[in-house]
Amino acid sequence: MTASYETHEHDVLIIGAGGAGLRAAIEAIAQGARVGLVCKSLLGKAHTVMAEGGIAAAMANVDKADDWRTHFCDTMRGGKFVNNWRMAQLHALEAPDRVRELEQWGALFDRTPTGDILQRAFGGHTFKRLCHVGDRTGLELIRTLQDRGVELGIDVFMECTVTRLLKDGDRVAGAFGYYREQGRFVAFKAKSIVIATGGIGKAWRVTSNSWEYTADGMALAYEAGAELMDMEFVQFHPTGMVWPPGVQGILVTEAVRGEGGILRNKLGERFMEKYDPKKMELSTRDVVARSIYTEVREGRGTEHGGAYLDISHKPAEYVKKKLPSMYHQFKELADVDITKGPMEVGPTCHYMMGGIRVEAETAASTVPGLYAAGEAAAGLHGSNRLGGNSLSDLLVFGRRAGKTAAEFANRASATNLDPAQLEQAEREMLAPFERLDGEFPYPIHHDLQETMQSLVGIFRNEEDVNKALGKLDEFESRLAKVRVDGSRMFNPGWHLTRDLKNMLLISEAVSRCALARKESRGAHSRIDFPNYDPEWEKKNNIISNDGGTMKLQQRPVPEMPADLKQLLEEKK
Amino acid sequence: MPEALLRVFRGNKDGGQSVDYKVPLAPGMVVLDALHSIQANQSPDLAVRWNCKAAKCGSCSAEVNGHPRLTCKTRMDSLPLDEPITVSPLKAFPVIKDLVTDVSSNYQVNKKIPAFQPRKNVEWKMDQRDVDRVQEFRKCIECFLCQNVCHVLRDHQKHESFGGPRFFVRTAGLEMHPLDGANRIPLLKNELGLGYCNITKCCTEVCPEEIHITDNAIIPLKERVVDEFYDPVTMLFRKLRGAG
Repeated sequence: MTASYETHEHDVLIIGAGGAGLRAAIEAIAQGARVGLVCKSLLGKAHTVMAEGGIAAAMANVDKADDWRTHFCDTMRGGKFVNNWRMAQLHALEAPDRVRELEQWGALFDRTPTGDILQRAFGGHTFKRLCHVGDRTGLELIRTLQDRGVELGIDVFMECTVTRLLKDGDRVAGAFGYYREQGRFVAFKAKSIVIATGGIGKAWRVTSNSWEYTADGMALAYEAGAELMDMEFVQFHPTGMVWPPGVQGILVTEAVRGEGGILRNKLGERFMEKYDPKKMELSTRDVVARSIYTEVREGRGTEHGGAYLDISHKPAEYVKKKLPSMYHQFKELADVDITKGPMEVGPTCHYMMGGIRVEAETAASTVPGLYAAGEAAAGLHGSNRLGGNSLSDLLVFGRRAGKTAAEFANRASATNLDPAQLEQAEREMLAPFERLDGEFPYPIHHDLQETMQSLVGIFRNEEDVNKALGKLDEFESRLAKVRVDGSRMFNPGWHLTRDLKNMLLISEAVSRCALARKESRGAHSRIDFPNYDPEWEKKNNIISNDGGTMKLQQRPVPEMPADLKQLLEEKK
Repeated sequence: MPEALLRVFRGNKDGGQSVDYKVPLAPGMVVLDALHSIQANQSPDLAVRWNCKAAKCGSCSAEVNGHPRLTCKTRMDSLPLDEPITVSPLKAFPVIKDLVTDVSSNYQVNKKIPAFQPRKNVEWKMDQRDVDRVQEFRKCIECFLCQNVCHVLRDHQKHESFGGPRFFVRTAGLEMHPLDGANRIPLLKNELGLGYCNITKCCTEVCPEEIHITDNAIIPLKERVVDEFYDPVTMLFRKLRGAG
C-alpha cells in the first residue's frame, strides 16, 4: 500500500518550520539523527518572521541587576502561577545561551555602546531584557536558523501539509500529508516526531496571525492520543491595527510602548493610570488589552473603535531607526505618519498559551515518540505570556525537543506504517471532491471567526460560551458536507477544508476549557466570575481524546520546590 | 458600493488566460484583499501564495499592472480604478498555477553560499556602526521581486549560473559581517556569476525593504572581486608565489 505514495524515512520528523521547528531540527542533526522538516509554506515564511519586539533573556547587558531568578519570577507572575514552574525555570536559565548561540550563527542584534547585545524594556519584565533588531527580531531569528539549518543539510519539504499522524501501536510511526503544488500525497516514516506548528489565531476574526495558524499540530496530537492543556488561555495582544478594515488585527509591536509610547483615549486621558498606575503602558498584555477594550466599551474609544498609541514625542529619526517597520506599515497601509501623530490600536488575537501537554525537561507529550515545542506546546506561559518570552521559548524548548526526539530515535526500533491508516487518511482528504453539492468552506470559516470573536473573545460568560459550543456543532455538520471546486493542484479551497477541521476541533477545546474555569486569570476573563479563585490557581485543564469524545478533567498544577517559592516571596 | 475590475491570470505551466472579476472596494483595501475576496466569493480554487499580509514575509509577490509588487502592500486606491487591474505571476519563474510560481531555483542558489564563519578566538563585541551596514542587508524578506526584474534572470534565464540580487545581498551581509572570517569572493566570481550584473539598478527600484542593493551590496562586492582577481599588484604577487 505504501508503495503507491512517495515515502520518506527519517529518524526524526519535524512538523513546522518556524523558530521552534528549525531549532529542533538543528539540534536533532547535531545529535546525529536523520531529520526531515515539513513546512506548510515556503521555508523562512513561518509566523516567526512577524515577531517584532525581541527575545527575552536575562543577559544583564543593560540592567546589571538582572538574572534568571528575576526572569523566572516575572514569567510566573505574568502567567498568574498556573505555569509549569520547571519550564519557567529552564527557560530563564537557558535563554541567554540560546541568544549567544544565535549570534555565533550570524545573527546581528542591536548593540550597546560597549558593543554587547542591546536590551529593551517590555511589559511585565522587571529589567531591560529584550535582545532585539529594531522591530524585526523574528526575521533575524528565522533567517539565522534557516541559514544554519540549510548549512547542516536538513531535508526540507516545502509547501507540504501533514493531515494525520500515523501510529504503530502506542507510539508514533510517521505522518501522512500532501504537497500543495500538485496535491500529491506523501508518507513519512519516522521514529520520533516533533510538533512545532504554532497556534490557532485564524479561528478569530481580528488576529495578528498568518493563514497557517490553524491549530494543526494540536489537532494532530489530540487525534493521536496526546493530551492538551490550558486551552482557555488565548492571548489578545493589546495593540493591533484597527483601521482601515483590511489591515484590522495586524500587529503593532509592544516595542512602541517599550520605547516610550503612550496610550490615550479619545478624551486625551492616559487611561492606564486607572488600570495599572505602577506599570502603566508596560503592564502585562492581558491587563492592557482589557483596559483598551473597556475604554472602547464605555464610549471613550477612538473613531474606529480603538485607543490612541503615540510615540511622536520622540525624535522622528529615533522612531524610524527603532521602529522602522511600524513606520512603514502605518505610512503605507493607513496613511498615518507615526513620527507626527498617534496610531489607532485595539486588541487582536495573538497567541495561544495552551497547547500540547509536555514534560518540562524533555518536551515529550503523553504519546511515546511525540514531542512538541513553541506555541504548539503548553505550560511555560501559564495564563498569560510576557512579550519576548515566545522567541526565547522556541529556542530553549525547540532545542530540548530536538535533542530528546533524536535520543528517543536512537534507542527506538524501526516503525511500520499501517496501510489501513494511510488509506483512511487518503479517503478523508479526497471526500470533499466527491460531493457535487454542498457549500464551499469559506462561509464556514467566516462564521467560525465571527463566533469565536464575539462569544469566546477577551471577555467571556457561561451563556456565550455555551452558545459558541452549539455553533461549533453546527459548523461540524456543515463541514462534513463541504464541497471543493477545481483540481488538487494548489487549491486553497481544498486546503481550507482541512484547516477548518483542525480549527473546529481546537476551538471546541478552547470553549470547553473556558467554560470550566469559573474565575478570571491572566488572559481568561469571565464576566460572571470576575475574580481570582485560589482553588483554580492549583488546577490545569486537561483535554484528551476518549474514544472519539472530547474529555475534560483538571489536574493539580505541579508544586514548586521550596526554594523557588521563597524566591517568589522575596521578589514580590 | 464602488467596484474594481481585476484581470487575473488563471492557468498553469501549460498556459492559461486572464479572467475578469468584479470586486467590491473597501477603504484601505490592498490587492491581496481583492484576491481573497475572489477566493471567498467567486473562485475558491484561485491559487495565491501569501502568509503574513503585513509585508514581513515576502510571499505574496506578483505583477500588478505589470509592476512587480507585494500584493499585501499595494493599495487599490493607488491604482487607476477606471480600467482593469491586471494581476499576473512573476515572469522570471515558471508558473505552477495562477499567481503561484516555482521559486525553488532561489533555494538552490542559496545552498551554494557558505554560512557565517566566525573568525578564530573572536571577541563577541561589535560596534553599532559596523552592524548598521549589515543590518540593511538582513532586512531582506526574500520576496524575490529583485530576482524577478533582474534581466539576467528574467530575460536570459541564467538561474543556473547567476546568483541574482537577493543572493548578492545575502553574500554582502556575510562578507561585511564584522566578525566573519570566510572568503566568498571566488564564489561570487565563479559560481554566482557576479560579472553578469551590469548595474542597471532594476533590483533596487523594486525592493519593498528599500535595500540599496546595487550601491551598497553589488558594487562593493564587484570591487572586492576586482581587488582579488584583477589588481595588478595582487596578480604579480600571486605569480611570484606560483598560485597562478
